Amino acid sequence: MDRLKARVIELADFVAGPYCGKLLADFGADVIKIEKPGRGDDARYIGPFKDDVPNPEASGTFLYLNTNKRSVELDIETPEGKAAFIELIKTADVLIEDKMPGTLAKLGLGYEDLAKVNPRLVVTSITPFGQVGPYKDYKAYHLNLYHASGQGYLLPMWAINLDVPPCQGPGYLGLFDGGMAGATATLAALFWRDGGLNGASGTGQHVDVSIQHAMMTLERSQLRRFTDEGVNPNRTGKGRLLESLVECKGGEFAVVILSSQQQWEGLWRAMGCPEWGAQPPFDTQKGRSDNYAELRKRLNEWSRTVTQDELFHAIQKEGSAAAPILTAEGVFKLEQFRERGHFVTIEHPVAGALEYIAQPTRPSNVNLPPKRPAPLLGQHTREILAELEMVP
Amino acid sequence: MKAALNGIRVIDFGHVMAGPWCTMQLASLGAEVIKIETRARPDEQRAQHGKGAVANLEANSNFFEINLGKKSVSLNLTTEEGRALAKQLVATADIVLENMRPGVMAKLGLDYVELVKVKPDLIMLSLSGFGATGKLRRYAAYNPCFTSVGGTSHLTGYAEKKPNTMTNSGGDARAGTAAVFAAMVALKFRQETGKGQYIDSSSSEVINSMIGDQMMDYAMNGRSPHRHGNSHPTMAPHNVYRCSGEDEWLSIAVGNEQEWQGLVAALGHPAWAADFRTAPIRKAREAELDALIAAWCVDKSYVEAMHLLQAQGVAATPCFKAGDLFNDPHVLARGQVQEVDHPVLGCRKTITSPYRLSQTPTAIRGTAPILGQDTDEVFTSLLGMDGQELERLKAAKVVY
Repeated sequence: MDRLKARVIELADFVAGPYCGKLLADFGADVIKIEKPGRGDDARYIGPFKDDVPNPEASGTFLYLNTNKRSVELDIETPEGKAAFIELIKTADVLIEDKMPGTLAKLGLGYEDLAKVNPRLVVTSITPFGQVGPYKDYKAYHLNLYHASGQGYLLPMWAINLDVPPCQGPGYLGLFDGGMAGATATLAALFWRDGGLNGASGTGQHVDVSIQHAMMTLERSQLRRFTDEGVNPNRTGKGRLLESLVECKGGEFAVVILSSQQQWEGLWRAMGCPEWGAQPPFDTQKGRSDNYAELRKRLNEWSRTVTQDELFHAIQKEGSAAAPILTAEGVFKLEQFRERGHFVTIEHPVAGALEYIAQPTRPSNVNLPPKRPAPLLGQHTREILAELEMVP
Repeated sequence: MKAALNGIRVIDFGHVMAGPWCTMQLASLGAEVIKIETRARPDEQRAQHGKGAVANLEANSNFFEINLGKKSVSLNLTTEEGRALAKQLVATADIVLENMRPGVMAKLGLDYVELVKVKPDLIMLSLSGFGATGKLRRYAAYNPCFTSVGGTSHLTGYAEKKPNTMTNSGGDARAGTAAVFAAMVALKFRQETGKGQYIDSSSSEVINSMIGDQMMDYAMNGRSPHRHGNSHPTMAPHNVYRCSGEDEWLSIAVGNEQEWQGLVAALGHPAWAADFRTAPIRKAREAELDALIAAWCVDKSYVEAMHLLQAQGVAATPCFKAGDLFNDPHVLARGQVQEVDHPVLGCRKTITSPYRLSQTPTAIRGTAPILGQDTDEVFTSLLGMDGQELERLKAAKVVY
């Protein structure tokens, strides 16, 4: 069995920090989650729950984000809890933490304090606005981060006018972005610490991730349009002939691509070569762009006669791009996903056996141990304190 | 300067967005990235603009945005000698990235099976819309396709309106970002075991895994969650409110009693606050509450309103526009924006890598390359080629 040889202490709640921890746990790192005694991670309370019955041991969000981890209940604000935390830190390679900047330092557990105890420790701090800068103490939930990053202002893309208010992205996607940046930087820090390419040994370090920055970076290809034109790109996508949303039989949706003559020709053939599509104004990119509203109307007249699935395969068979807009049900039923191992069944003592979305990075020469379910609150407290020879 | 990936060499067959995105981030972490490209079929990001084909391959700002800090070698892979030279370059490298349509690298004799023969501990990343296996592997996919198949389009937008395919870069960017992570996983395993890896990454799967929590409702209850705009299942207020400037919106979210008290204080203790004493009441009368908060926002700029609310511990941020971000004091103080010179585009502001590592800082190590600008240096220093041979290859349009 292969596994990342790293012990990770996760002092983080909800999505961003725990996703960072999950990304390492998915590759076999020993991730020890520190949870508030008697309450645990906030994600335990968010759901979704089976039949909508709240149960902190069976929240879908928590279950997904905490597979393969161990849980220890520890209050780092008590002297005993703090002592145990420091013992854990001595054995650790990484600390992932999401406290507001300065909170841990006030407890004597800031980066400088911990580096004295363990100079090889990588501390990865993931907060809304990072460790420095005028907004470092500002609060932000997912909604606020989406809007503060520049991404929200561009959604919903294709708004008919600016009276449609800007909108956040799906789920907690922005918080996942923060966790992804954290995990990537953590591995870079570990790689360097452990000798990089040439085996010259490095030290631990402090990794400062601002979720707002991570999300802003992801929107660089749109944000740069301000540098080009001196005008803010916004959520109205009028007149841009790139793609179109179409409605299919039964009210399902799909997307078709209109970005080039070649894409158009495949789509046109899939529609059965309608005459209007070969005649002006619809026979050129410019003509279609100038008559975009009418084009969309005609595309929808056709798309409503076929199912989402029929449209998808018909256009792809002609060599052009198109895709079904999938609900969760559509995702679970997509054969391509199933065939490639996109789902993994994990048995949990309270939630039972459920199909989870699998880790999409699957290196060919790594033989990972079987997936373990998210831990019950404090499930490994005794085990871990025993490892530290601190049995209560 | 110390960098985490010092000495790591990447041969980059990436084009368009997701691939180049990944290798640019590897460059910011210190890797040497050599982009293989050809004038015979230039990277779409050089050659295409929103308005059609461009005259100058060096003037595309979108190419600039995702190719900073790389070297460029021109090599025509449709020639046999071109392919042989590409293989020789791979033999000197640690990582290969490609995001051609599945099957193309095999046709060129440059797939993992062939490349691992010249570099046994090679790490190779292949990115595609649906993955390199399965019935849909050959299907074409642009960004809106994988945000759609990945489940995010259905969950974006307002409940009563149609789904939204998001912007035309978020899906590529996330696929590229996940590939950076994948490269780091592979490098760490190679450091521990000496083994290389092949990673076949599906952009649709990557996107879907980043809303994996939203998929749990189906796993548990057979239900598909629906999009819900700016709202939250239990929190209120949780919305955007129009402020005084043109198209200025402020996001406000209140998650607990303390934050509610902070909001009431920031709004000057209005009498109506007493009608919204508990979280369930606030949620039940959300529209009413939103109207009252909107009335407070309407004569304030969104930056002013953010500071007033944050001073009372309330999560409030403007819905920043691109121009705001490039001039925001916090963004500038953290070095999230940097000026980079480019021989054709001039001096431009761009966005830096989103992690600050205290010992091995990331950096934009150079501008976006002119097509083929490093060809001579790379072939001379890495392959020991002499000037005469180089001239022959150029004349034969192998180096082209």
